[in-house]
Amino acid sequence: MNRQRLTSWWFAGTLLFALLLMLVPLPALLEPFKPYWPALVLLYWALESEDRVGLGLAFLVGLGADLFDGALLGEQALRLTALAFIALRFRSRLRFFPMWQQTLAVLALLLNDRILLLMVRVLSGAPVPPADWWISPFVGAALWPFLFLLLDDLRLRFRLQ
Amino acid sequence: MARPRDESSPLFAGNAAGTLRLIVYLALALVLMVLDHRNGWLWRVRNVASMVVEPVYRLANLPSAGMRTLSVAFADRKLLTEQNQRLREDLLLANARLNRMAGVAEQNQRLKELLDTQRSLDLNVQLARVVGVDLGAAQQRLVLNLGARDGVKPGQPVIDAHGVMGQVIQTLPTTSVVMLVTDPAHAIPVVVARSGLRTVAYGARDGSGLVLPSIPLAADVQPGDKLLTSGLGGRFPPGFPVGKVITVAPATSGMFRVAQVQPAADIDRSDDVLLLHDQAVPAGPPAPEVPAGPPASQAPAPGAAGGNAPAASSSTGAVHPTLPRVTAAMSTAQPARAGSLP
Repeated sequence: MNRQRLTSWWFAGTLLFALLLMLVPLPALLEPFKPYWPALVLLYWALESEDRVGLGLAFLVGLGADLFDGALLGEQALRLTALAFIALRFRSRLRFFPMWQQTLAVLALLLNDRILLLMVRVLSGAPVPPADWWISPFVGAALWPFLFLLLDDLRLRFRLQ
Repeated sequence: MARPRDESSPLFAGNAAGTLRLIVYLALALVLMVLDHRNGWLWRVRNVASMVVEPVYRLANLPSAGMRTLSVAFADRKLLTEQNQRLREDLLLANARLNRMAGVAEQNQRLKELLDTQRSLDLNVQLARVVGVDLGAAQQRLVLNLGARDGVKPGQPVIDAHGVMGQVIQTLPTTSVVMLVTDPAHAIPVVVARSGLRTVAYGARDGSGLVLPSIPLAADVQPGDKLLTSGLGGRFPPGFPVGKVITVAPATSGMFRVAQVQPAADIDRSDDVLLLHDQAVPAGPPAPEVPAGPPASQAPAPGAAGGNAPAASSSTGAVHPTLPRVTAAMSTAQPARAGSLP
């Protein structure tokens, strides 16, 4: 029972930590390399424990991110909902991919996410971002195996469900 | 290991309910975005949620604050000595300049009293610290560690030692958000210090600096020109440095020239900024008067629409030509510049 509660705290904690990481500024030089942390963590949980992550949760996490970010209410909610939907739809296959294939799939998801963001931005009248704006999905995909292994390892070590 | 939920998560086909839920959520997000884009709801929600948002900002600030502390703690002695020396020289120079200016300022004050204007050279400022929070790379925003509880109001100009940084656009109880002058959505009325040309500087679309998009072909603007706030519009007080013109090139339309401007303020590097407390005296055109006419009871019947149309067109006509008229009056004397310290 206690373990169950601990697991829920761990789940919520990782998501909150991802939001916090999104807000932490990097030096200006590294700024374009910053991965979209909430998407990565949400993706991990969508693959690992399906019954916790639904579209509603993705939407709520996105709303929270929008609240912190202050850009446009609903923007990240839309992106994360779409991401979670695709991930949940192909979950059974994604889970049994070898790691390199999974990484490629994550890259595709993150690129799709950027395209969604670009559409929202352009429709709301913001300028088209520079070329280095497209680096972030690649960094995110490159970090995916490590993030996945780290979160999996922690989960097993603490025997969380 | 048996998978009990095999029916609910089939390998290939998705279920229709999931798609429906997706559509509902996407529609909800779209509605939120449109409403927020139109009405700026997000900030009202954020004001309510500030109990949560602000501690998270403080948390997110910790790494950069820690880096700052570490860099001071481990800075090498030589570097600190050099920095100290440089600051002392700067202070000496500034003090010398101030002493020389004191007489002029006093004289200026007397003359202004004679002229019966209310502008003064005194600055009523509040020191604020930049909170290290990343609000997305596409936005030119800063978060300050002072908020509504410290008396910060939306619209207050923010400056640093070198020039104008931006203005407060939103206040939470203990933090406030500043829109920088380099934001594409920001415009600031400026005057070219050398020629007295008045124009408006916008944030560049690519976030690299500022642009003057509509300089008349005949106007005198050259690379190296300094831009000061003109005080028109009543948001920024006159005489603060805004930037320096880097290049001037013909616009694509051929009707104007476009200048690229480098901001004077250290926008990327400032840790401490000043919040100006006195707002500029509105020096722009007076508010449009309510058209005086016969009382509404004697207004023509709705069928006789001819009486309405000219009034509407003349009122829009009064708004539009402001910019050309202002720029055309470029050679007149500059009362705005009197308030500036070099």
